[in-house]
Amino acid sequence: MSALKIKKGSTKHSAYNLRPDFSDVIETHTLAVLVDNEAGVLARVIGLFSGRGYNIDSLTVAEIDHTGHTSRITIVTTGTPQVIEQIKAQLGRIVPVHEVHDLSVEGPSVERELALLKVAGLGDKRVEALRLADIFRANVVDSTLESFVFEITGTSDKIDAFAELMGPLGLIEVARTGVAALSRGQ
Amino acid sequence: MVVQALRDQGVDVVFGYPGGAVLPIYDEIFQQNDIRHVLVRHEQGAVHAAEGYARSTGKPGVVIVTSGPGATNAVTGITDALMDSIPLVVLSGQVPTFMIGNDAFQEADTVGITRACTKHNWLVKDTANLSGTIHEAFHVATTGRPGPVLIDIPKDVQFASSTYTPPQKARTSHYQPPVKGDMDSIKELVEAIEKAKKPIIYTGGGVINSGPAASLLLRELVDSTNFPVTSTLMGLGAYPGTGKNWLGMLGMHGLYEANMAMHDCDLMINIGARFDDRITGLVSAFSPNSKKAHIDIDPSSVNKVIRVDIPIIGDVGHVLEDILKIWKSRGRKTDKEGLQGWWTKIEEWKKIDCLSFKQTGSVIKPQYALHRLEELTRDHDRYICTEVGQHQMWAAQYLTFNDPNRWMTSGGLGTMGYGLPASVGVQMAHPEALVINVAGEASWLMNMQEMGTAVQFRLPVKQFIMNNERLGMVRQWQELLHGERYSQSWSEALPDFVKLAEAFGCKGIKVDNPDDLDEAIKEMLAYDGPVILDCLVEKHENCFPMIPSGEPHNKMLLGDAKTKDAIGTSGAVLV
Ligand SMILES: Cc1ncc(C[n+]2csc(CCOP(=O)(O)OP(=O)(O)O)c2C)c(N)n1
Ligand SMILES: [Mg+2]
Repeated sequence: MSALKIKKGSTKHSAYNLRPDFSDVIETHTLAVLVDNEAGVLARVIGLFSGRGYNIDSLTVAEIDHTGHTSRITIVTTGTPQVIEQIKAQLGRIVPVHEVHDLSVEGPSVERELALLKVAGLGDKRVEALRLADIFRANVVDSTLESFVFEITGTSDKIDAFAELMGPLGLIEVARTGVAALSRGQ
Repeated sequence: MVVQALRDQGVDVVFGYPGGAVLPIYDEIFQQNDIRHVLVRHEQGAVHAAEGYARSTGKPGVVIVTSGPGATNAVTGITDALMDSIPLVVLSGQVPTFMIGNDAFQEADTVGITRACTKHNWLVKDTANLSGTIHEAFHVATTGRPGPVLIDIPKDVQFASSTYTPPQKARTSHYQPPVKGDMDSIKELVEAIEKAKKPIIYTGGGVINSGPAASLLLRELVDSTNFPVTSTLMGLGAYPGTGKNWLGMLGMHGLYEANMAMHDCDLMINIGARFDDRITGLVSAFSPNSKKAHIDIDPSSVNKVIRVDIPIIGDVGHVLEDILKIWKSRGRKTDKEGLQGWWTKIEEWKKIDCLSFKQTGSVIKPQYALHRLEELTRDHDRYICTEVGQHQMWAAQYLTFNDPNRWMTSGGLGTMGYGLPASVGVQMAHPEALVINVAGEASWLMNMQEMGTAVQFRLPVKQFIMNNERLGMVRQWQELLHGERYSQSWSEALPDFVKLAEAFGCKGIKVDNPDDLDEAIKEMLAYDGPVILDCLVEKHENCFPMIPSGEPHNKMLLGDAKTKDAIGTSGAVLV
């Protein structure tokens, strides 16, 4: 099947190129969307997902070019290949959207998320939390006699694993940034 | 500044309604004569009128409404235009910038409310950006898949002065959807055209939107390949209704031969249509054995509902030109033998004569009313609008459309109350033409105040009301799938339409006998001014053929079908 033209600079090849047919398998894709940082642009993107019943697993946004006023929105979403393809085409239709990249099909990419976790505890639990933090290369960014705030960066899976381990050790609060992602190489 | 920008965009008429938040714009309008302002009676009417204007001219329609209730009243019309891809530029007034967010008098979050029903919208906070934004708005509304856009302009921004940016100097937009289709895909389609034994071309509103050239190219493709052609409700007129390859409209109330050919074909070429659910019926059983090609300017229309084998993203006109070029250069090949067999089959389906009806007795059959309307008006320079319901489907079935831009109807949204204001917009654009609104009595009442607009602006629109004293389409569904329990689907306490016409200052005619029908239509045509023709028709007539919800194309109900239990319980949940 030939390429679906989505938007200039966007993913050239449809996900269909990789598959013989529509499948019902739910896939997770990470999309990078470059937009004009104008009023309401995030509402348009979020409104698209809620209005059409798509899923958002994670969403991050920040201006990446302060002179050109461009923002990069990173969205982790799930759906069948047909739905993912629709999401990309629908995103491409939004007027202030310049590019839509599907990092999950465009080649290898790196994904990172940052999280802050507050863990309160005394004695052995406190020591164990610190030891695990070391294994996960989490930093202590705040400490009292009864608590730590850990800062951890990694894939979402790694943060999930760390948070799960901290649970029984006195985890009381978590803040996560959502995923930021870039394709590898040039 | 606003009027200057509109003038530079070639606008000659705007439809609107004033209010506190747009007074500075109205003051500008007062002091010039280039742009005519049509004062409607309700903002929804302004938007539908602009749609009628746009659809019948190919130019964008322009609307001006005030803040708050003015903007919210426009929402239905804007949504209608979005669903049917009609280019509109809506200018709304807003409370001054320093009052936004304070629940000021007549403040509404207009860009928030209309975000989901516009192609794009803007809140202009600085007069320096106003003219540039207006130019950008026209570009966005008319480029790619057309649609409505809205510019919300706070009152202080309207008052302040700044330097005017002419269209040539406006920032070039990054919004430039591609119009040329992918050549490899086009070649693939040409190969399929050469091999097809049972092809069908299925066209939609995209052919009309692409412009008159696209319709000419379509005619060339159809006539030179001898392929059969059908169309959605929105695409009527792209290929002439009197053309020899025309199968009639397809879909839920489409013709038997068109739907059967869609079901049995081996190559389906969708040109500017979107596999809407009124068209496909049961998706899993939709045209099971065909190779499908889809030409559309909007990538999100492709593979949304039906998986296609040959997607071609581009403007219909450009793509058709390339298809023809390549097909001709390869020797204009088709499988003539295969086609002959296919046409034989199609002729058999045509023999069913699914639109046949018998006018007997003293009550006018709606089909007969349209049949006579067609006979008596087909030689006129004619534009048809409709409301929504059975009469709309009958109009699509029994009237003939030989040219694009002649048929204005609310397809995607199905908005009752569309037709009368749309006819006002069409007549504004074509003052000398015959503009008829084929209406149902219930729909017509929804925006009947626009009769005042027609009278004020001396627009001789003909309101052909097929009065069955029923919400006919609702009644039909209740008969078919709710055990004939006619809940709230009749029109009681209807006005006397003749007296109503007189009250508005126009002409009213009433007819209830088939023998008097021709005379009544002629009287309507002869009158130099707006007319309301109250045509009393059979109350319990059903609109056939019909593909019941949840059924495939080959499970059509025809006129004499037993209607009870025609729709399964799974179909009943569908609309
Ligand atoms: C604004 C709006 N409300 C409700 C409906 C649902 N609806 C579709 S057709 C119909 C009945 C229309 O009656 P009428 O205009 O008399 O036309 P008929 O079907 O009788 O020809 C209704 C209520 C609609 N399409 N639009
Ligand atoms: Mg009716």
